Amino acid sequence: MSIWSYANPVKFLGLSAKVQPFLWGASAICVVGGLIWGFFGTPDDFRQGSTVKIIYLHVPAALMAINAWFMMLVTSLIWLIRRHHVSALAAKAAAPVGVVMTLIALVTGAIWGQPMWGTWWAWDPRLTSFLILFLFYLGYIALWEAVEDPDTAADLTSILCLVGSVFAVLSRYAVQFWNQGLHQGTSIPVATGGRSVADVFFYPLLMCMVGFGLLFLALVLYRTGTEIRLRRAAALRARAGRAA
Amino acid sequence: MIALLRRDLTLALRAGGGFGLGLAFFLIVTVLVPFGVGPQAATLSVIAPGILWIGALLACLLSLDRLLALDYEDGTLDLLATAPLPLEAALSIKALAHWLTTGLPLVLAAPVLGILLSLPGPGYLWLVVSLALGTPALSVIGTFGAALTVGIKRGGLLLSLLVLPLYVPTLIFGAEAARRGALGQDPSTSLLLLAGITLATIALMPFASAAVLRMGLR
Amino acid sequence: MMPDLGKYAGEVTSAYIASLVLLGVLVLWTLLRGRAARAELQDAEQENGKDG
Repeated sequence: MSIWSYANPVKFLGLSAKVQPFLWGASAICVVGGLIWGFFGTPDDFRQGSTVKIIYLHVPAALMAINAWFMMLVTSLIWLIRRHHVSALAAKAAAPVGVVMTLIALVTGAIWGQPMWGTWWAWDPRLTSFLILFLFYLGYIALWEAVEDPDTAADLTSILCLVGSVFAVLSRYAVQFWNQGLHQGTSIPVATGGRSVADVFFYPLLMCMVGFGLLFLALVLYRTGTEIRLRRAAALRARAGRAA
Repeated sequence: MIALLRRDLTLALRAGGGFGLGLAFFLIVTVLVPFGVGPQAATLSVIAPGILWIGALLACLLSLDRLLALDYEDGTLDLLATAPLPLEAALSIKALAHWLTTGLPLVLAAPVLGILLSLPGPGYLWLVVSLALGTPALSVIGTFGAALTVGIKRGGLLLSLLVLPLYVPTLIFGAEAARRGALGQDPSTSLLLLAGITLATIALMPFASAAVLRMGLR
Repeated sequence: MMPDLGKYAGEVTSAYIASLVLLGVLVLWTLLRGRAARAELQDAEQENGKDG
């Protein structure tokens, strides 16, 4: 049985129902456990003091913000090529989760940078890129809401996701050029892969990253189920409307 | 193709065509800025290149609405989609017409408005060059946005939300080039990157625009 | 029990509260919407039959 059999809504819902309890449970353990470990069990940083504790929220959220968009890109492509509705609905379902992750990354990033910069917001290249990503998410969600026909909406948003991805990458480099060109920006000392963070911080951070990832999966599976049900209900009502 | 171009240009330049509205908007924005930030020439001359770029960008954005909407309403768009001329080419022509009637006038008007904002002397040339290189990208990207929202009623605001993030790279490099030019520094890196983006979008975006338009017309 | 957050107490606390609130709202909204969708589907199936 190939993975494509889950493109069938009924099979998808079945698998989703079986997997979700594990996902919700595991994500709760990892997120809560990781945050508690990091918050209570790790020391302050030499330079940043207790603000280093924000890393346990900021990095996982930022990671998921990017991964969510990437997942939307893949599922959009699958929709465009293979026309599986479940795939299109999964992309639609993931967007609000991505938006919230981006927002968390922005808020925690700004707060974390405040003691360093003395203002509540600074146009640090990383933060700015996330702000642009936030706008892309908003546009994507708005387009889904604005188009009446669900299939057309899926088509248009998929292309938007593709084009948006190209421009998001382009903007990333443009923003780096833009900030570097003005002054030597000090970005938040955030570890990208985790390797440049000391071990004592890294393990709770890893747990939080895993937890956020599991939470993302749980939320997207659940939300895709919601979208499938809504679509099915609308189709039933439409058919009744035509028969009446 | 020439016929389509001529038709679009005629429509834009005619009485109800909206030509000149972009320019008027550009002027108004420029005039508002000193009221917002104060009349000190020192302040204005620093922000002038950026403000003029943003003003041009917004003026372009405002005229995107009518790029496809009118043709959609009277059925011309359906004809274009089924015509022997490839839709990609038709949309490229439309983008060209948009640039000729909106972008180009902005490029020519910019130096005049630069005077209002105390743009430093060396800045005039680079402002015009950067706008000339960048505004075609704005038209082409804008065409994509217009195609995306073609069937949506009152989609103007959504169009702005979708297109403005796509404008960011062009704005960054264009304004940077104008700014460096105004300071007497070397703007060539920014200009090269700007030109690169413009060329890439001119070449590639029509395919996305045509795909999206076909979807929206179904 | 509570670690001494020092002079950054305000920042760290607000970061945590903000994030947890955002996550909480997301999960809550997701669950509520999911429940509404299930009810809607049940309604639609009862009115219009499950076939097809």
